[in-house]
Amino acid sequence: MAETFIHAENLSFSYQGSNGGDDVPALKNITLDISKGEYVAILGHNGSGKSTFAKLLNLILEPTAGTLIVGGTDLSSGDLSDEELIALRRRVGMVFQNPDNQLVATIVEDDVAFGPENIGVPMPELRHRVDGALASVGMSEYADREPHHLSGGQKQRVAIAGIIAMRPECIVFDESTAMLDPLGRREVLDTIRMLNRENGITVINITHYMNEAALADRVIVINDGTVLMDGTPDEVFAQRDRLREVGLEVPQCAELIHRLREAGIPIEGTAISHVESCAELLAATLRGGEPAHG
Amino acid sequence: MKSIAFGQYYPANSPIHRMDPRAKVILTVLYIVCTFLCRNALCFAALVLSAILLTAVSHVPLRMILRSIRPLIMILTFTSLINIFMTKGEHLLTPSWEIPLWGTHVWRIRIFEEGLWTALFMILRIVVLLVGTSVLLSYTTTPIALTDALERLFAPLKKIKVPVHDIAMMTTIALRFIPTLMEETQRIMNAQKARGADFTSGGLIRRAKALLPVLIPLLVSAFNRAYELAAAMECRCYHGGEGRTRLKVLRLRFSDVFAVLLLIAFGTGIFFLNRLGIGYTMKG
Repeated sequence: MAETFIHAENLSFSYQGSNGGDDVPALKNITLDISKGEYVAILGHNGSGKSTFAKLLNLILEPTAGTLIVGGTDLSSGDLSDEELIALRRRVGMVFQNPDNQLVATIVEDDVAFGPENIGVPMPELRHRVDGALASVGMSEYADREPHHLSGGQKQRVAIAGIIAMRPECIVFDESTAMLDPLGRREVLDTIRMLNRENGITVINITHYMNEAALADRVIVINDGTVLMDGTPDEVFAQRDRLREVGLEVPQCAELIHRLREAGIPIEGTAISHVESCAELLAATLRGGEPAHG
Repeated sequence: MKSIAFGQYYPANSPIHRMDPRAKVILTVLYIVCTFLCRNALCFAALVLSAILLTAVSHVPLRMILRSIRPLIMILTFTSLINIFMTKGEHLLTPSWEIPLWGTHVWRIRIFEEGLWTALFMILRIVVLLVGTSVLLSYTTTPIALTDALERLFAPLKKIKVPVHDIAMMTTIALRFIPTLMEETQRIMNAQKARGADFTSGGLIRRAKALLPVLIPLLVSAFNRAYELAAAMECRCYHGGEGRTRLKVLRLRFSDVFAVLLLIAFGTGIFFLNRLGIGYTMKG
């Protein structure tokens, strides 16, 4: 197992109650470890606390109790200096939901340069990083365009480039595909995968799309502020009924396998998260000489 | 809707477009000084010639420049009338026409040669001022380059605690969000229209009232955007202007310095032309 990048132990967070009301707990006693280079999806429906967890990772929110150590920095001690905070945010980048609300500059390449400019990357190196970041998300030819002329997926890729240019070790995607059309979502997911596989960046993708979670190496299901499940996509999606209890659905291909099994068709195998692997399971079953019913 | 150009920027690749924006700001200030230095016909001839030359060099179509002068026609007419009738001089052009008013009061219309000159000079001064500044700055410089130039030109003010960087950053963000908020406005208006809102009929007050249900959601969403943008900026390590580097470093080139020197020479020339005392010389 690779070295641990994120270590959370009994991590809790409560939002302060409005008008002197009781504090609203959003995360309760979360304990988990995420290793360097992992591709983790965090699943949960709205209000489950998954976005709160993301915001703790680079200290937009401060943990109210428990331990949270990210990249060797203890975020729960509550006494980080400004330099340490900036260093943390350089290492843990975050891409948000609405691409319009995270682009700062009026020209694409100026926006990509914003992060590295803030951490004081000097000039020839800065140019290098901006060009490299734009190239790696496939947006080089748009370097001198204005962001409002781009599609949602393109804007989101520019936002990702802006994070990559800071050379982070980990990128948190906080429902970054939620506002995109299917094509834009495809573009962003391909980019995420490439960053994880080729650049070794630890990826944490917060989502409520099952098909997106299936792309990760590991799925953590958060419900009502606690970790409900934690495993590979195949392990998690095998527990369809438990997911359904908390209002989540499994991917359609996994649902298909579950229903066929319920109908009495013995399908062997556990790889139920992807359309391709499901098709192989079905093909194997059909070739196995199972006679068609009726 | 998508291709809103902010300000009046006219995209082209002229020598003026390529200039360092800081040089352009300085040139504009100098040019304004030049227009106010002009006192006699010879100076104004040189000034008009320079404006024509600048326009030609800038590649901005004449049509666009004329369009920017149009709103000034009223003011120009008004000032020239006042100058023609109110300026007193030595060379009377009209016989003393007298218009009887009441009783023994009469209004004597007297037009002096000096009045005509002054009117002409004022028109030229205003038009050249407008053409010069638009060609040197607003038509040829993007608002963002302008913000950038002003941040750097005013950088010394940081010493007396003027938040130059913050003002520039706010301006940049405002410019960035103009098209976004325009789209949003259109979307909200469409949503209201779909539910029967009427923005086009009725008097001024009624129409203003109809806009209220558009402005409130727009304001709320602008605040939400601001909040999210602030979080995104923090995530990207923004911590004010201190220790920031720049992707685009402005470099004054020889041609920029040359242009400024040329304009200073031009201003000096005008200063001495005034002293020659050829023809009528405007006072003040």
